[in-house]
Amino acid sequence: MESIDPKRPNPDPDRGEAESFEPKDPGWQAAGVQASTGKGRGPAPGERPGEENSAASEGLSSRLHLPKSVPQAEFSRVSRRELLKLAPVLALGAFAIPRVQESLLKEGLGFSDWASSLLFRRRHLAPTFADSELTAFEKFPINDYDVDDPGVVFERWTLTVSGAVHKPGEYRLEQIQALPLMRQNTRHVCVEGWDVIGRFGGTRLSNFLAMIGADTSARFITVTCADDYYETLDMATALHPQTLLCWEMYDQPLTREHGAPLRLNVPTKIGYKQAKYLTGLKVTNIVEKVGYWEDQGYSGFYGL
Amino acid sequence: MSDAVIEITRTTGEETEVVARAVYEHPLVVRFCHWLNAVSLLVMVGSGLQIFRAFPSFGAKIPQKDLINWPQSLAIGGWLGGALQWHLTFMWIYIATGLVYLGYQIFRGNYRQVLFTRGDIPGVWPMVRHYFFFGTKPAVREAYNPLQKLAYSSAIVLGVLSVLTGLAIWKPVQFSWLAWLMGGFHWARLWHFVVMWLILAFVFGHLVMVLLHGWNNFLSMLTGWKKDPEY
Repeated sequence: MESIDPKRPNPDPDRGEAESFEPKDPGWQAAGVQASTGKGRGPAPGERPGEENSAASEGLSSRLHLPKSVPQAEFSRVSRRELLKLAPVLALGAFAIPRVQESLLKEGLGFSDWASSLLFRRRHLAPTFADSELTAFEKFPINDYDVDDPGVVFERWTLTVSGAVHKPGEYRLEQIQALPLMRQNTRHVCVEGWDVIGRFGGTRLSNFLAMIGADTSARFITVTCADDYYETLDMATALHPQTLLCWEMYDQPLTREHGAPLRLNVPTKIGYKQAKYLTGLKVTNIVEKVGYWEDQGYSGFYGL
Repeated sequence: MSDAVIEITRTTGEETEVVARAVYEHPLVVRFCHWLNAVSLLVMVGSGLQIFRAFPSFGAKIPQKDLINWPQSLAIGGWLGGALQWHLTFMWIYIATGLVYLGYQIFRGNYRQVLFTRGDIPGVWPMVRHYFFFGTKPAVREAYNPLQKLAYSSAIVLGVLSVLTGLAIWKPVQFSWLAWLMGGFHWARLWHFVVMWLILAFVFGHLVMVLLHGWNNFLSMLTGWKKDPEY
C-alpha cells in the first residue's frame, strides 16, 4: 500500500519492489542514506560533504537506497525484510534438535579430525625435554578404563601380529627388544587436560613394522590389549620417528600399571591412544571399531 | 552525519508529518556475524567449561588441587566427550565468523570507526566518568566514543587470543612454536581460561550497555536501522 508522496516518482504497482524507490532526482543519492559502511558518518578527511556515500553505496542492493523521506509502512517493510535476511542464523538451531544433534556433532568432530590429519607433518617432532624437566615417576598418573593391572602373565606373553604383513604370528618380547633402543623425554597429554613429562624407552614402531614386513601403504595399525582396550593409529603416525613400541619408563621396565610388558608411546597423539599391555597388532585398511574411547564419541585422530 | 538520516512519515488525509528519523547503522554482514558469533561464543564457553570440569586445575595431576567446581548445569555437553564434540564443531563456526567479520571491516574500511587508536586515549576517562560516576556526557563527535572503541577493539583482540590459545592447546605439537610463545602447553591452557573470563567480562559490560540504551538501539543490530538516533 503506497501513499502518495509528491517527492517520489509515481509508484507503479507492477514494477518490482526494488524499483519502487528508484530515485528520479540524482541529487538525493549524494546527500542521502549512508547505506553501506555501518553507522552514519560525516565526510572522511579529504572528501567533500555528500561524497562519502558514493564509493560506499556502490554495489549494494538497491533496496537499501531509501530516499530521504519514507512512509511508515514502507519503512516497516524494509525493516522486516532486513530482519528476515538474518534468518539463516537460525540454522544453528538444528543443533538443538535432539534427532539431528548427534549426527551433526559427529560430522563436526569428523571435520575437525580431517583438518587435524591435514595438519600432521611426518617430520615435525614433538618437543623433547631435559631430564631435569621430567615429572617424578610417582607423580605420573595411571589411568585405565577397567583395571590398572589386567594380570598379564609375562612368561606366556607374545604380541600377535596379523593383517597386511609378510611375517604374521607370535612375537616374543626379546625379539622386539632386539630392535634399536630409543629413549625420549616427551609430554604426555591427557584428554582430561593435565599433562606430565615422562621418559619412555623402546623401539620405533617403524622398525618393528619393517621387521614384520608390514605393508606401509595400508591405512591403519590397530592394537588390542590385555584389558580388552583397543586402539587405532593412522599409518603416517605409526611411521613417525617418535612413535615407539615402548617397554621402559624412566629407564626401568614398565610396571604393570603402566602397561607392562609393552605399550605404545606416541607423543604426537593424545594420551588415550597410547594403549597399554598390548597383546595384538594388525596392519589393515579396514577398521570397524576405532578405539574404546572413540567408540563412545571421542576424536579418532586426536593428533596433538 | 545528518545527511545519512532519513525521515519516516505518516500521511493522514492531505497532511504528511515526520513521525521519526532513522539511520542505517549495521550492514547485513556485520549483523549476521554478530548473531552467529553470539551463539557460537555461548557454545564455546559452555562446552569449554564442561571440558574444564574434567580437570578443573592448573596445577599437577598428582596431587590434584581443584581451582573451582564449576556446576554441570552451567555447562554444555554433559560430559567430556560430548563437550569436546560441541567445542571442536563450533570452533570452526566461531573462527569463520570472526574471519568474515574482520575481512569485511577491513575491506570496507569500516574498521576505522571502531578501532581504538592513540588519539582515543584522552577520551576514555571522560566516558568512564560519565557512565559510572555521574560525570557530564562528553560531546558526541563520532559514531563510537573512545570507551566503546576500547571495548570493541579489546573484544576483537580477545577473540583472536581465544583462538590462538585454543590452537596451542589443541595442537601443542603441530603448533609447538605457538605453544612455546605462551610458555608451553600447561601455560597456554591457563591463558585460554583467562581469556575466556576476559571475554565474558566484555560480554557482561556489552549486555548492560545494550540494556541501558533501549529498544531502538537493540533493534538496529537486528534490522540494521536505528530509529531516532541520538545524532
